[in-house]
Amino acid sequence: MLRAVFLPAVLAAISVAGAVWAEDFGDAEAGARVFTKCKGCHEIGQGARDRIGPHLNGIFGRRAAAHEGYAYSKSMARAGNDGLIWTAETLGAYVENPRALVSKTRMSFRGLKDAQDRADLLAFLRDYSDNPADVPEAEPTARATDHDVDPAILALKGDAEYGEYLSSECLTCHQQDGSAEGIPSITRWPTEDFVVAMHAYKRKLRPHPVMQMMAGRLNDEEIAALAAYFKDLE
Amino acid sequence: MTLNRRIFLGTGVAAAATLGAPAVLADGHGKPRVIVIGGGAGGATAARYIAKDSKGGVDVTLIEPSRTYFTCFFSNLYLGGFKEIDDLGHTYGTLAAKYGINVVHDWAVDVDRDAKTVSLAGGAQLPYDKLILSPGIDFVEGAVAGWSLAAQNAMPHAYKGGSQTELLKAQVAAMPEGGTFAMVAPPNPFRCPPGPYERVSMVAHVLKETNPTAKIIVADPKEKFSKMSLFQEGWANHYEGMIDWIGADFGGGAVSVDPAAMTVSIDGEETKVDVCNVIPAMKAGRIAEMAGVTEGNWAPVNAADMSSKADPDVHVLGDASQQGDMPKSGFSANSQAKVCANAVRGALTGSKVFPAKFSNTCWSLIDTNDGVKVGATYEATAEKIAKVDGFISATGESSDLRRATYEESEGWYAGITADMFG
Repeated sequence: MLRAVFLPAVLAAISVAGAVWAEDFGDAEAGARVFTKCKGCHEIGQGARDRIGPHLNGIFGRRAAAHEGYAYSKSMARAGNDGLIWTAETLGAYVENPRALVSKTRMSFRGLKDAQDRADLLAFLRDYSDNPADVPEAEPTARATDHDVDPAILALKGDAEYGEYLSSECLTCHQQDGSAEGIPSITRWPTEDFVVAMHAYKRKLRPHPVMQMMAGRLNDEEIAALAAYFKDLE
Repeated sequence: MTLNRRIFLGTGVAAAATLGAPAVLADGHGKPRVIVIGGGAGGATAARYIAKDSKGGVDVTLIEPSRTYFTCFFSNLYLGGFKEIDDLGHTYGTLAAKYGINVVHDWAVDVDRDAKTVSLAGGAQLPYDKLILSPGIDFVEGAVAGWSLAAQNAMPHAYKGGSQTELLKAQVAAMPEGGTFAMVAPPNPFRCPPGPYERVSMVAHVLKETNPTAKIIVADPKEKFSKMSLFQEGWANHYEGMIDWIGADFGGGAVSVDPAAMTVSIDGEETKVDVCNVIPAMKAGRIAEMAGVTEGNWAPVNAADMSSKADPDVHVLGDASQQGDMPKSGFSANSQAKVCANAVRGALTGSKVFPAKFSNTCWSLIDTNDGVKVGATYEATAEKIAKVDGFISATGESSDLRRATYEESEGWYAGITADMFG
């Protein structure tokens, strides 16, 4: 009896995981504790300076890689040029899985998988940003979301042959030999990273217009097929 | 994967071709034979993909007169001094050596669709099971009053890559101080819709450095053009007062030229010019007409596999085809080539045929590090290649984004040429 009630509830939670809106920001005090994971590299608050990572005062509403004086990675600079703005949504996606949003970010952080931790951390960070567009009452950009790609999507086994055909479309721009001048390399990409990145474009969390367009019309099976093909590409 | 059978059957022609495969294989001449005419973005890509993916199972012949192929895309950047002519030249050695393609440097002069043979200027007759035509464009005779191919030295079109592009660049360099550069722009549809306007930008870039009092006049039979607001914003920002664009509303379509006198008459007003770039109305490369697959100026094709509406064993790619919503561009031709290669290989070897997906992006350079782009994705419907979704650069973008867009275009050039030539 218990089982019968419990299972559908779990399944429902999984199936809509990609679209759940958290009620609102979490607790800034709890977020301060979460921030200890970040402290090794980032400072925040009065007198904060750039360390291994840039200081995080005023991060909300700022364009990625736009804080002057800090030497960002090429990938982060590219994301900024493409129009990535730090909102609760994009920051949430970034701290959840940095490489989903910025493939070769220098931020070596495996990500906060717990939605509550992320909500708390964002609440804490927001206290050091004063852009009124980003206070929670002010509407959607301020809301934290759950960005996990549905495990069922990650578990899809792609058809590599179909992936090879689909990949021919990628190769008009991305070079098969892995050259990365002007357009990033996509070879030797771990399957999961590839899938989450494509879904981030599909949901327009990643900003590039060509990639949003290309990923936007790929269904889950097609993304899995591409991942299966690229996984084995030498 | 759940690509089900209904999807395949829905593609009609592709499915019919697949079902017909055993007949081709049973013809008794060994390996199935594909002839590709034209070694540009459509033809070279199709030849490479069929040879590569069939792993020697299909005999591929590529007929292209040029030993070194100069891409028309990026030729404006050469005019602007951003590229050397050698940066645009590509040879076919890798297609022959690595992919086993039989590369024939000759002109295809006739196609006999009943006998399924192609005749070469050198006299040979080559048999095919599937023929892929990717001949690019030729010009409509008499399209610009006073101009003919005989006048292309005095008034270059520079709309096929190579020597014409070099000639036009030399003429711009030789303009007298305060001289006039005129362009006669083509009517729709034509190769590379933003091309004439990127060219105007690149010529202006050169003149601003070397001859800042020079003028540019553009006579255009159209009222609007690709990326118009982006170009006009850029022209105002970078080349204020230099460029006079005369659209159809102001008589830009009523043009005649006199190559001997070097004059251009626009809406009855005659102007003496120093350089005149005449880009006439276009049509499919002549071999498509000789093959009897054109209707009017272009060759109608089925969207699912780029097969000719006149003959299921003939496919037409790129600029020469009349397919629907895609612009005539190198990117489009390359995209169509992969769909076609997949279908042709499926028909000849029984390999899986996947549904058609097309895309295009066109980058243009307005001035140093000021790049813009427009793009779209497309799908095959029963009637045509239909647009699904698209984007375009916005006016007022940051200089960082514009630089990144230009750098992206350079990455694309490296990508597509590697995809064409191996």
